[in-house]
Amino acid sequence: MARIDFGDALNLALREEMRRDPRVYCLGEDIVLGLPFGVTKGLIDEFGAARVLNAPISEAAIVGSAFGAAVTGLVPVVDMHFADFVTCAMDEVANQIAKSRYMFGGQIDCPLTLRMPYGIGKSGGGHHSNSVEAWFVNLPGVKVAIPSTPADARGLLKTAIRDPDPVLVFEHRGLYRVVGEVPDAETLVPLGEAAIARPGRDVTVIATARMVHESLEAARRLAEEGIEVEVVDPRSLVPLDRDTLAASVRRTHRVVVAEEGPMRGSAGAWLAWVVMEDSFDELDAPIVRVAAPNVPIPFSPPLESFVMPGADDVVAAVRQVVK
Amino acid sequence: MSAPGPDALHAMYASMLRVRVFEERARELFQQGRIPGFLHTSVGQEAVAVGVAAALRADDYVLSTHRGHGHLVAKGGSLRGLMAELYGKANGICHGKGGTMHIADASVGYLGANGVLASGCVVAPGVGLSIKHRKSGQVVVTFFGDGAANRGPFHEGVNMAALWKLPVVFVCENNRWASSTAHALSTAGGSIAARAAGYGIPGESVDGNDVLAVQDATARAVARARAGAGPSLIEAHTIRWVGHFEGDAQAYRGREEVAEGRRRDPIARLEAHLIERRLLDAAQAQRVRAAVVAEIEDAIAHAEASPLPRPEDALTDLFAHYPWRE
Repeated sequence: MARIDFGDALNLALREEMRRDPRVYCLGEDIVLGLPFGVTKGLIDEFGAARVLNAPISEAAIVGSAFGAAVTGLVPVVDMHFADFVTCAMDEVANQIAKSRYMFGGQIDCPLTLRMPYGIGKSGGGHHSNSVEAWFVNLPGVKVAIPSTPADARGLLKTAIRDPDPVLVFEHRGLYRVVGEVPDAETLVPLGEAAIARPGRDVTVIATARMVHESLEAARRLAEEGIEVEVVDPRSLVPLDRDTLAASVRRTHRVVVAEEGPMRGSAGAWLAWVVMEDSFDELDAPIVRVAAPNVPIPFSPPLESFVMPGADDVVAAVRQVVK
Repeated sequence: MSAPGPDALHAMYASMLRVRVFEERARELFQQGRIPGFLHTSVGQEAVAVGVAAALRADDYVLSTHRGHGHLVAKGGSLRGLMAELYGKANGICHGKGGTMHIADASVGYLGANGVLASGCVVAPGVGLSIKHRKSGQVVVTFFGDGAANRGPFHEGVNMAALWKLPVVFVCENNRWASSTAHALSTAGGSIAARAAGYGIPGESVDGNDVLAVQDATARAVARARAGAGPSLIEAHTIRWVGHFEGDAQAYRGREEVAEGRRRDPIARLEAHLIERRLLDAAQAQRVRAAVVAEIEDAIAHAEASPLPRPEDALTDLFAHYPWRE
């Protein structure tokens, strides 16, 4: 068991998968140097320029070409640089990648991974900070993974690369330097399998990515007051492990859903509906949600902090559901 | 390039007729309410699809457009499967999920029509990359219209393919109209082919109603691509005889343009060429046409007799691997 950071865990996953399968290649802007977050650093030395492709700043061509390669025998792993930039390739993701297998009656496989560095922090501002996972939860035809730990980042990225369907892996950029234990053996984390990040009997907090860590911090504080919070990390939103969520609700009967994206029409809104549908009779209180307000992410530190959900917000939400 | 021999010329003649008769019949069937949706046909533009396909190998790839029946028929796609798909039948090539604008036939390398213009221009470099990686010697052709050449993906795709010397042939079918907007009112600089110079690749303007000119230009572009020298851009000037979509009143253009298109009918032109060279006579031409009509009528009878999909089949084919409940 090695202790490495989230970014290095992703790098390890890429190396392992590129060694295993010669069809796997990486594509994106500045990936030879591993910019901006170091995930692809050093891949060029082991795998060469034919498999580590520094692309022109052409998001439509990066993502569109990955689709063309995937349907004709390669296994592309695209680095979106910042998830916000996927807007420049939205036709390619939403109309081509997501729909083609379906529209063509299952004739083609599209084994493609989009790595989506995303999230609020360090005054990234409006075009470098957004949590856009909800757009893709709402898009039939793609799978959505959203790891919170180095081990899950490695295991989910490996699974995504091996999956015959398109998978978006959301990598919160505030987590890249978070250190955690990663198994020595190659370990896959399946899609559609939630993790209990902390067991607890009083309240279930369903949280994704950075909010898992904020929720664990909230749980530590609340434990001092005698409130035992169970933190459940879905790890993938599509597919979603509804059974683990429902089992947790049967233990706690109270639910908070915590995410970083804006409140309206979000992934968390969908998770809350899933809990309602599966576990309505188990609930002793209305579900409370933690999310960002419905504004773009602002630049100035006090403004950014104001819209960034954190442990305080989770603590307040838990107090509300146990009231 | 060596000129096509008699067999190849006969095949091109039959192929253009096949596209023409298929689409003329599809138009009638659409007007009769037998085919749902929106129908965009390429009547009058057949020489582009057929001239390009004549320069390709069976294992080469094609990325197509919303006006793509001709590309698929010329590439050798199943007429029965295509017609049944237009009808929305269960045994259409895409089980009724794609329809006219979203059809693919991977068995002949036809990687998809496309409802979004110029989208194939960015998919093609990836197909080219795959070809290069697999060292298979294939090429990929991506078709697009003159209107689509004003979308960003055209420029991104040509740049990437040129930069990485990928085996791609970009074929612009310039039919003078971006939906209802005239070429001159939508396109700066006038020439699409001239845009190739900016990317350092060959750009050639050809008479898109001359199947032999299209075949020749494509053969040269394909040879360059197979040799590893990179992509080319071909702009084929043609005229669509019909509206942008079936039912288009075409208030934006006069009858003279359609009359010009009919005078320059690519099929009549090849027929005259073949007759002049004594490679075809009137009786043979009649037999070829009768055989093509029989093929199309067979496809229609097949589509008519085929079952509609089960409604719940709307939920299949989304993922290759998805064992979870929603």
